[in-house]
Amino acid sequence: MVNAAIWPALDYSRVPYRLYHDAEIYEREQERIFRGPVWSFLGLEAEIPNPGDFRATWVGDTPVIVNRDEKGALRAFVNRCAHRGALVRRELSGNAERHICLYHQWCYGLDGSLNAIPFRRGIRGKGGMGPDFDMAAHALSPLQVGTINGAVFGTLADDAEPLEDYLGAPVIAQLQRLFDRPVRVLGYNRQRIRGNWKLYAENTRDNYHASLLHEFLVTFGLDRSTQVGGVRMDRRHRHSITWAEAGSDDDELVRQAYGGAGVRNDYLSLQEPDLVAFQPEHGDRLNVAITSVFPTSVFVQISNSLAVRQIRSRGVDEVEVFQTVFGYEDDPPEMTRHRLRQANLIGPAGLVSMEDGEAIEVTHRATRPDPLRTTIIELGGGGVISDRDYRVHDVPLRGFWSYYAELLGIEPEGAVR
Amino acid sequence: MTPNPRGDPRGDSGRDPGADRAAIHDLLAEYGALLDGEKYDEWLDLFAAECRYNVVPRENYDRGLPAALIFCDSRAMLEDRIRALREANKFNIHKDRHLIGLPRIIGSHADGLEPGDLEIEAPFAVYQTDQEGETRLFATGLYRDRLAVGHGSPRIRDKLILLDTFAVPSLLATPL
Repeated sequence: MVNAAIWPALDYSRVPYRLYHDAEIYEREQERIFRGPVWSFLGLEAEIPNPGDFRATWVGDTPVIVNRDEKGALRAFVNRCAHRGALVRRELSGNAERHICLYHQWCYGLDGSLNAIPFRRGIRGKGGMGPDFDMAAHALSPLQVGTINGAVFGTLADDAEPLEDYLGAPVIAQLQRLFDRPVRVLGYNRQRIRGNWKLYAENTRDNYHASLLHEFLVTFGLDRSTQVGGVRMDRRHRHSITWAEAGSDDDELVRQAYGGAGVRNDYLSLQEPDLVAFQPEHGDRLNVAITSVFPTSVFVQISNSLAVRQIRSRGVDEVEVFQTVFGYEDDPPEMTRHRLRQANLIGPAGLVSMEDGEAIEVTHRATRPDPLRTTIIELGGGGVISDRDYRVHDVPLRGFWSYYAELLGIEPEGAVR
Repeated sequence: MTPNPRGDPRGDSGRDPGADRAAIHDLLAEYGALLDGEKYDEWLDLFAAECRYNVVPRENYDRGLPAALIFCDSRAMLEDRIRALREANKFNIHKDRHLIGLPRIIGSHADGLEPGDLEIEAPFAVYQTDQEGETRLFATGLYRDRLAVGHGSPRIRDKLILLDTFAVPSLLATPL
C-alpha cells in the first residue's frame, strides 16, 4: 500500500506518476477524501428554489440528492436505497413530494426518512418485514449541508470542520463577491476527459500554463501573464485563488516577456471584440478570478463569463468536468447576451479552455508506464508554500498535494504544509 | 389539387418541391464534406451574410436554458471561431467524419418564414479518428436549420445543433 515514502521531496515539488494511475490509491481517495472531512460543491440554491425541488449530483463516486423539504430547508443525502442499494432518484432534477425507489418502492420523505415499505405487514398476515424492523434507523444517509451566499456545499463525514473554517476567509470573500446578488442559471456543460481527476485539480491551480497552453488568451489580449495578478491561498494551502487585474500591463512588456517563448501576441484582432470585452461588475478590476476549493470545486470568473465546475472522478482513468454557467437575476437582456457570448470562452468547446482536455489526456497517457518517475512542480521555486503576487508559478499545486498527503495518511515527517 | 402534406409544406407559388429537396440534400452533403476535408473557409461560404450557429446541449435545451457550447449569433463570431481554431486553439489531432441523415422539411413560407426560406431537421453523427486509426463516436444529435433556398445557391441562415452527446468526449474544437 502507498505510504509516506512515496514522496521524493518534502515540499511536494516531485509527484510520482503512480498517484495518477493506481486503482488502490483511487479507492483510498474515495474513502479518505471524498467520503472524508472535505466539503464539496453540490449546487446552487437557485436551482432548487421551491419545496420538493431536487437535483442529483455526485461527491466523488457517491451519488447524492440535494432537495428542499416541505419547509424549504436544504437537505442532502446519499442517493441509495437502504433496502438493496439501488439508486432511489434516477432523474437528474425535478420536483417531488417523496423519493420512491423503483425496485421495491421503498418510500423516503424529503428529509430522507424512510416513510413506507410496501407489504411491510405482509398479506393476510403472511410475509412482510419482521416486527422489530426499525424504520427510523434506515433513512437515506444524510450529508451535512452548508451554504455561502446560495452556493451549497455538503460533506459525507460526521467529523468535518465547519464549512466556514474549511473554506477560510479568502475563499469566503471570493464566493461572497461572485454571489453578491441572486443568480440565474444559464445552463450546463460537461466534458469527459480520459485522465485522472487530480490532473484536472492541478490544472485549475496551475498559473504557469494559462497563457502558454491557452494561446487565445494572449493572441486576443484577454489575459496575459504580464498583468498584475497572483495567487492567494487559505492557511492550509489546500484551496487556491488565482486572480488578475484587467488593463494592468502594456504591449511593450508583453513583447519582452513572451518574446523568447515564441508565443505570438496581439497580431490578430477579433471581428467581434465583445467576445473578450470586460465589463467590471463587482466593484473591482479583476477580470480573472478562479477559486479552486479542495478537492474538486472550482468557481470561475473569466471576464464576464461566470461558472462553477465540479470535477467528477470516474475511476482512475476518467474525469467529468460538470460546469454550471450562470448570470444574475437582475442582468438586463443585453448583459445576458454578453454572458452567452462569453460562454464561448469556457467549457469543452471553450476558446480558452478546450486545450485542458488535450493536455490532461496526453499527460495521463504518457505517465502510465513509469510509476516511480515524477513530475516537476518548481515554478516560483520550491520550499515554502505561500501566496504570490506574480503569475508565472505553480505553487498552489504543492499546497494541493500537501493536504492530499495529509488526508490519505501519507504525509512525510517534516513535509511542508 | 392535393393539399400540402406536412413534410412538404409549400407555400410559394411556382416553386418546385423536388428542386428544393435536391438543393437541401446538396447543401447538407457539401456541409459534411467541407468539414471533413477541413475546408473551413468554403464551409463558411455556405452561411448567409447574416447568420447564426449554435451548439446547444440537450440537457439545456430540454430545460429551456439558453447556454450553448458554441454560441455565434453573427457571422463575424463564426469567422472569429474558425480563425481561433486555426491560429490559437490546440486540440486532439484527428479527422472528422460526418454522417448526415435524411432531412425533413418542418417549416416554410406557409408557417411564416420568408418566401424561399425553409426550415429543416436532419439527424447527424460525427465520428472522430485519431492518428493511430482508432475511431470513436464523437457526437450525435439533430440539426435544425433555417435555409435560404429560393435565391440562387442555398445558404444557411440559422443552424441550431441540438447535441445529444452533451457529455463531450475530450473536447469540442472542429465544428459539428
